[in-house]
Amino acid sequence: MKMKREEQQTLSEEIKENSGINFNACLHCQSCANGCPFLEGMDFPPNAVFRLIQLGMDEEALNCSTIWICVGCNTCSSACPMAIDIPSVMDGLRQKALKTGIKIPEPDILSFHEEVLNTVKKYGRTHKLEIMMRYKLRRMDLLSDMGMGLKMLKKRKLDLMPSKIQDIKAIDKIFKDK
Amino acid sequence: MTKSSKINKAGHESGKLKFSFFPGCSLKASGHENTDSLLKFCDMVNIELTELDDWNCCGSSSAHSIDHEVAKLLPMRNISLAPKGIPLLIACPSCMIRMKSTYLKIKNDPILKKEYETLWEKPFDEDLEIIHFFEIFERINLEDYMDEPDKKLKKIKIAPYYGCMLSMPPDLRHEKNYYGIIEETLSKLGGDIISYGYSNMCCGTYLSAAKPELAENVVNKIVSQAMEAKAECIVTACSMCHLNLEIRCTVKDPIPVLHFSELLSMALGVEDHKKWFPRHIVDPVPLLKKRGLLSS
Repeated sequence: MKMKREEQQTLSEEIKENSGINFNACLHCQSCANGCPFLEGMDFPPNAVFRLIQLGMDEEALNCSTIWICVGCNTCSSACPMAIDIPSVMDGLRQKALKTGIKIPEPDILSFHEEVLNTVKKYGRTHKLEIMMRYKLRRMDLLSDMGMGLKMLKKRKLDLMPSKIQDIKAIDKIFKDK
Repeated sequence: MTKSSKINKAGHESGKLKFSFFPGCSLKASGHENTDSLLKFCDMVNIELTELDDWNCCGSSSAHSIDHEVAKLLPMRNISLAPKGIPLLIACPSCMIRMKSTYLKIKNDPILKKEYETLWEKPFDEDLEIIHFFEIFERINLEDYMDEPDKKLKKIKIAPYYGCMLSMPPDLRHEKNYYGIIEETLSKLGGDIISYGYSNMCCGTYLSAAKPELAENVVNKIVSQAMEAKAECIVTACSMCHLNLEIRCTVKDPIPVLHFSELLSMALGVEDHKKWFPRHIVDPVPLLKKRGLLSS
């Protein structure tokens, strides 16, 4: 997957073109890393992911867990002295990783996102119970967290039936070819 | 950059404030006690909310994580449904960011505006105001709706929790921020505000499902810090945060987590708590009775 620099756009150029974000403005001050609530689940702090791309280590950047663990809470981008929209860069890298077809280091997170979008495509809105059931089935793991699921059902925190929109054709238009 | 919010009197009509209301999936389908108390509160302070007709998911988290195009179009459709002339009120912080950020992008990009108008077959509303529930407090004076407002919450010790609500992406940095709204509002009503370290640490959102151990770690930090600071309850203003703080907490004897809207409604004398509190995992009733906020 090594890119030939002369012929192809570099990854940082591609991200800049797609999102308008120039993360080469990064000073590596590590404000993003120091404030990130989920740093311990990441293999690289956010600024190090930028560094990997700056060094042309695209494969390492697209393969890292950081881009999947990031939930986009904006703690980092609020702290960034250069006002870099870090979560948007993560969005771009995640989608680039999916396009290149490399192995995703956090398959559970990807499965979860796919199941969420599945219900949005079907009903126009998310349906938590179906997302959780299908997500658990995909992982062949119905038992972990079962107690929590039952407690949530008992407390009526999971609606049995989905809330649906009327104009499902509009949603088909949004999800066209998917 | 064009700002979307301007303080004006839009929404006023015969003393009543009118807004269209975007509940979003979390409020609509799991945080029923949040929605119910929020609607009751609005009714009590003479605000008329009309649910946005046939709204869809805002595209938060999953769509923008893995599908740029869907993430762009989902909020666009919602914006196209908003009636002209009245502000669109959103109560979920993630929905708010998605919708407002998309709105500003369309407003500032002629190509995107053209795409919007072709796709949804209507002109883009340049004057649409998108406001968060917190912005209500700029438009009403809560004390006008009650006697002795400062005696309502009987000095209950509250740890306000904002999660990611105070952190804005760079394109919304010059928009409204919500620092101090919970503190200011609930202290006026006689709540005792406790200061602690983790009031704006993210709750973990969907990691609660996909990486429970990471969510548990942040949730336990938040709850135990609030307890160390001697808070009697935590107050959230997001259904998702509320759910995570309850289901991922493994701290021994955790304090209850209340929705901001529940306390606001109770201060106004709404007595629907029997519909709300059975849905909480940590029962707030004993505390509220001890503080004299509930009699039965």
